[in-house]
Amino acid sequence: MSPGRNVVIEATNLHKSFKSTSVLRGVNLTVEEGTMLALLGPNGAGKTTTVRILSTLLPFDDGRAMVAGYDVNRQADQVRSIIGLTGQYASVDELLTGYENLVMIGRLYHLGKAQAKRRAAELLEQFDLMDAAKRAVKTYSGGMRRRLDLAASLIAVPPIIFLDEPTTGLDPRSRQAMWAVIADLLAGGTTILLTTQYLEEADQLADRVAVIDDGRIIAEGTADELKGRVGTERLELSFSRASDLTSALAVLDEESAQVDDERLVVSLAVEGADDVRRRLNALHDVPVQITDMSLSRPTLDDVFFSVTGSVQDDNGSAQHKADEGVTAA
Amino acid sequence: MSVLDQTRVDRPSPRPRRLSWTVSDAAVMIDRGMRHTLRNGDALFMSVFLPIMLLLLFVYVFGGAIDVGTGYINYVVPGIILLCAGFGAATTAVGVTNDMTTGIIDRFRSLPIATWTVVLGHVVASMARNLFATGLVLGIAVAIGFRPTASPLDWVGAIAVVALFILMMTWVSVMFGLIAKTADAASGFTFFILFLPYVSSAFVPTDTMPAALHGFAEHQPITPIIETVRGLLMGTPIGNSWWIALLWCAAILLVVVPISSHLFRSRTRV
Ligand SMILES: Nc1ncnc2c1ncn2[C@@H]1O[C@H](COP(=O)(O)OP(=O)(O)O)[C@@H](O)[C@H]1O
Ligand SMILES: [Mg+2]
Repeated sequence: MSPGRNVVIEATNLHKSFKSTSVLRGVNLTVEEGTMLALLGPNGAGKTTTVRILSTLLPFDDGRAMVAGYDVNRQADQVRSIIGLTGQYASVDELLTGYENLVMIGRLYHLGKAQAKRRAAELLEQFDLMDAAKRAVKTYSGGMRRRLDLAASLIAVPPIIFLDEPTTGLDPRSRQAMWAVIADLLAGGTTILLTTQYLEEADQLADRVAVIDDGRIIAEGTADELKGRVGTERLELSFSRASDLTSALAVLDEESAQVDDERLVVSLAVEGADDVRRRLNALHDVPVQITDMSLSRPTLDDVFFSVTGSVQDDNGSAQHKADEGVTAA
Repeated sequence: MSVLDQTRVDRPSPRPRRLSWTVSDAAVMIDRGMRHTLRNGDALFMSVFLPIMLLLLFVYVFGGAIDVGTGYINYVVPGIILLCAGFGAATTAVGVTNDMTTGIIDRFRSLPIATWTVVLGHVVASMARNLFATGLVLGIAVAIGFRPTASPLDWVGAIAVVALFILMMTWVSVMFGLIAKTADAASGFTFFILFLPYVSSAFVPTDTMPAALHGFAEHQPITPIIETVRGLLMGTPIGNSWWIALLWCAAILLVVVPISSHLFRSRTRV
């Protein structure tokens, strides 16, 4: 943690059970002022539960949850007056119009009437909802609803924002737009806790990433640190003959190469397009037939594999080489 | 695009809630309830036009066959008014269930507001909606021959009793709205309420009913309420009905409001 930054969101040893199911088993995380932490984890890991606790919606069994120095349990009102929450499912009023929704939320944040109206109009324009402003929300598409929901969280310009899987289910264009908004909020000094299932998203936006699995934070660091554990992108080359594969390997002489003898696939760690070209050039003079080629980015699965593979090490900091059923060359 | 820079809104600072906020929260929630009422065409149509249809049906179709001494219209209008009020109030259940089962309640709970004002919005909107509908039905009744004999003071009393009845029915439906897990279940409750007035003195005197029904009709809360309203408007004898009516309303409210408040608190704290 860099000195001089205040910790704005802090969860210490959070425990939460629903009936007898233990959902959070000691979650620790901190978010510094003006930065974004991505809470990365698969379905059911406890992301929503964590966000709901930190945003005062859910009581918990043990531990401590502080936002801006206020206890979310005992000082919920103080916390609520400075946070914006965009839940996993849009929470907007279906019977009201988009405009009415925003004005209502603005007034419930205790903006003046005129200010709430001005801000509502502004946000509708920024989120490309002007045409639908006077329509009941029940006629909105899923993407429009999401945007309105986010706009509602921003109406009072809260300094702290929780975003629970804001891009899940969005088409690529809407996802890009959402990322632009988030980047914008960060540039404006907002502190953000975002949850996601996509490593790519965490990588794009977050200062730090915490990986959550089965109610526990299993890794924490910058996106680069995490990716360092899984390696970078991988280039996969497929061959039709085992002899081709062997010749190719001889030329590549690559220690990161992983070989799947059954599928006749070689996979290499690469860094960027130039690197890909260099590898392919190396194969230029060798009489082998490459039947297929693909580039894959490390996924959440890779991170998990890497992290759970190295958890036995003392503090999880050891490097670990992924080898999912692939034998190292 | 920038979501921050155009605005001159100051970033909020952490504050505990103030009383003046609760007042403004309540105003916003009431405004929301009123907009819902106007937006929700089906419910509005049902709670105004159904009673009007029933009024016309009873007066023109059954009226000739039912002999209650005075003109049947003068007998049946107080019953129709209560039916209208009760049914309209019962639609509150669906609104409450919708709020509790869609994401909107989480939005409200994440805001620095007194969350119970959500329910207040429904209750006040229901009062306004049903007093309006009652007035409309009454106006039509007068247009087709209803001739109340009430003094101004009787009118005040009658309106007060009807308002109390609406308040009670509204809270009963708030409770069912909080219990129901789906909007369909909540609207089932609405239909149940719709049938209660039939087994009361609303449309026919209870002594014309078979013994078992008669017993129920005599002792269910709607009968003394109707007898009180009828007495005030038409000068028929009220007897003990007025205090039995008040007692019923007060007793039901005393049970239903705390239960609703408990349900609301536990549903919003999990
Ligand atoms: N209200 C609840 N009652 C019982 N179990 C729940 C409840 N909410 C969540 N869970 C369980 O808790 C676990 C974590 O859920 P959640 O925090 O929603 O995960 P995520 O958001 O990471 O997908 C899941 O196994 C889920 O089934
Ligand atoms: Mg979730």
